[in-house]
Amino acid sequence: MSAGVEGAAFVERQGRGRALLSALRGPQLAIGLLILLAFTVIAVFSPLILSRDAKTKVGDVFEPPSGAHVLGTDGGGADMVALLVQGAGVSLAVGFAAAVVSALIGGAVGLLSGYFGGKVDTLLMRITDYVLVIPDVPLMIIVAALFGRSLTNIILIIGAIYWTTTARLIRAQVKSVRERVYVKRARAIGAGNTRIIFRHVLPQVAPLLVANTVLLVALAIFAETFITFLGLGDPALVSWGRLIENAFKDDALLNEAWWAIVPPGVCVTLLILACTMIGQSLEDSLNPRLRVGHLSVRRFRLRPLDGRLDAE
Amino acid sequence: MGRGDYIAKRVGFALITVLVAITLNFVLFRAIPGDAVSALRCRQCTAAFKEFQRQELGLDKSKWEQYRLYLADLAHGDLGRSLRTERSVASELWAPIRNTLPMVALGTFFSILLGVAAGVVSAWRRGTIVDRGTLYTGLGFYSMPPQWLGLLMVLYVSGWLGLPTSGVKDPILGILGDASTWDVVVDRLEHMVLPSLTLGLVLLGEYALITRSAMLETLGEDYALTARAKGLSNWAVVRRHGLRNALLPVVTLVALSLGFIIGGAITIEYVFSYPGIGLAIVEAIDKRDFPVLQGAFLLLTLSVIAFNLLADLLYFKLDPRVTT
Repeated sequence: MSAGVEGAAFVERQGRGRALLSALRGPQLAIGLLILLAFTVIAVFSPLILSRDAKTKVGDVFEPPSGAHVLGTDGGGADMVALLVQGAGVSLAVGFAAAVVSALIGGAVGLLSGYFGGKVDTLLMRITDYVLVIPDVPLMIIVAALFGRSLTNIILIIGAIYWTTTARLIRAQVKSVRERVYVKRARAIGAGNTRIIFRHVLPQVAPLLVANTVLLVALAIFAETFITFLGLGDPALVSWGRLIENAFKDDALLNEAWWAIVPPGVCVTLLILACTMIGQSLEDSLNPRLRVGHLSVRRFRLRPLDGRLDAE
Repeated sequence: MGRGDYIAKRVGFALITVLVAITLNFVLFRAIPGDAVSALRCRQCTAAFKEFQRQELGLDKSKWEQYRLYLADLAHGDLGRSLRTERSVASELWAPIRNTLPMVALGTFFSILLGVAAGVVSAWRRGTIVDRGTLYTGLGFYSMPPQWLGLLMVLYVSGWLGLPTSGVKDPILGILGDASTWDVVVDRLEHMVLPSLTLGLVLLGEYALITRSAMLETLGEDYALTARAKGLSNWAVVRRHGLRNALLPVVTLVALSLGFIIGGAITIEYVFSYPGIGLAIVEAIDKRDFPVLQGAFLLLTLSVIAFNLLADLLYFKLDPRVTT
C-alpha cells in the first residue's frame, strides 16, 4: 500500500528539501532558528518600525540605493526596505496560517486513519492518494482564479492541498504508538477511544506534527509566491511574492533595477531554507526510527549510508 | 504478489485517478460564483452573445445532465471551445504544448546532466568541503522561487551569454532573406536555453542528492569492494560500478518530478514570455476564459497521472524486487 503511485508522489512533493538536508550534518537547527527568529521579530514589530504604509511614494521610480533609501525604491517610488519589512508580516502570516490549516487536516486524517485502521484507514488513505497525484501548483492557481483573490482564500487553498504528506507521516506514527503497552493497558482498564487519542496518542505525535508544520511553512511560502506572481494575490497587501511580481510587472528588468528584484527573492529563499533546516532537524531528532519509515515510503534510499563507507 | 497483479493494480489506480480528476475538473468549474460566462472578461460581448454561450456550454441544463454531456464530449476528445476565440480548446492548446515539450525536455536534460555530475563528485569526495558545498548549492537552488531565479537569469546571465530573454523565436528571422533549417533550429534553441536552464537549476538539487545517495550505497556494496581489490582505479570503480547502478533511481525521478516541473514551467514561461502551456494558462486566467483553463488543467493532470504510472511500471521493470 505504501509504495506505488502514492509513494512516488510523496518523493516529489515533500521529499525534496528534506532529503537534501538529511545529507548535510551540522548546525542546521541553530542557523535555521536564527533566521526564522530574525524574520519573525521584524514581522511582529513591523508596525513599530514603519511610520507609515510602506507603499507610500517617497522618491522617484526605481531610484538606485542611496543613503536615504538603502535599497533604493520600487516601480511605485516606495522605499524597498520598508516594503520588505511590511512584506515579512504578510509572507510569514500566510506561511504559518496555511501550514496550520494543513497540519490540522493532515493531523486529523492521520490520527483517525492510523488509530482506527480498517475501513476508515482504507477510505482516508485512498482520498489522500488521489489528492497527492493531482498536480498541486496548477490546482492552486485555478482555485485561486475561480474563487477570488483574498488572503483568506489563498491560505485555505494552500492549506487544503498540502496536508497529504502530514497525514501519511502522522498515520505511520500513530500506528506504532497505538501498539505500545501503555496504550493497550489503558484500553484494558476501560479507557474510551477519545480518551486514548487525546491523552495517550496525541501527546506522542504532537512534537512530530509541529516539526512537520515548520516544513509546511516553507512549502506554503513557496506556493504564495507562485500564486501572487500570476496576479492572483490579494491586491491590497504587500508580501515578498508580491514584490517579485511588482518588479516583473513594473519592468524592473528594463530599468536594470536589481535592487527591486533581488532582495525580496533573497528573503523568500532564506526563509524557505530556514524552515526546511529547522523542520528536518527536528523531525530527525524527534524520531530517529522514523527515518526507516521514510525509506519504505519513499522507496529510494535517500539517506546515505555513510557509516558503511567510513568503515571500509 | 505477481507481476500481473502489480501492473493491474497500478493501472487500475491510474484509471480511477483519471476519473477523479475529470470529476474534480467538472465540479471546480461549476462551483464558480456566478457562472463561467458571466466571469468572462470581454468588453464587446453582448448579453445575447453570453446567453448563446451559456446554451452552447449547456449551463441551462441540470448538473447531472451537464456532467453526462461533459463525459460524453471528453470521450470524443472534445475539450470544448474557447469563450474568446470560438476555436476549440484542443486547437488553442496544441501550439503551446508543442512549445512547452522541448523546453521541459531540455530543462530536464540540464538538471540530469548537472545533478548527476554534482552527485557523483559529491559522493566521490564525500565528507569534504566539495561535498558540502555541492549539497548546499543544491538546497539553495531548491529554495528559490523559480520565477525569481528566472528574473535573475534575465538580469545577470542573458547579457553575459548573449541569449534572447523572451518569446520562442526571432520575429525577423527569415523575413530578410531565407533562413536555413539550421538557422531556425539554432534560433529556437537559443530561445529555449534560459527558461530550460532555470528549470534545470531548480531541479538540480534533487538529482544531485539522489545520485549521491545511490552512489554511496552502491559503492558500499561488496562488488565495489571486489572491484577495488582487483586493482581498479578509484575513478573506474565510481564510473563502472557506482554510477551505472546509481542511475536507476534517477530514471524514475525524471518521471516523478513531472508534477513539479509543470508547476515551475508555468511561472518560468511567464517570465520569459515563452508561449507554452504555462503562458496559455496565465492568459486564460487573465481573461477568465474558463474552458481553456479547464482543458489545460485536465491535460496537465492527465499527463502527471500517466507519468506517475510510467514511473511505477518502469521502477518495477528496473527493480523486480518491488512487490507492493
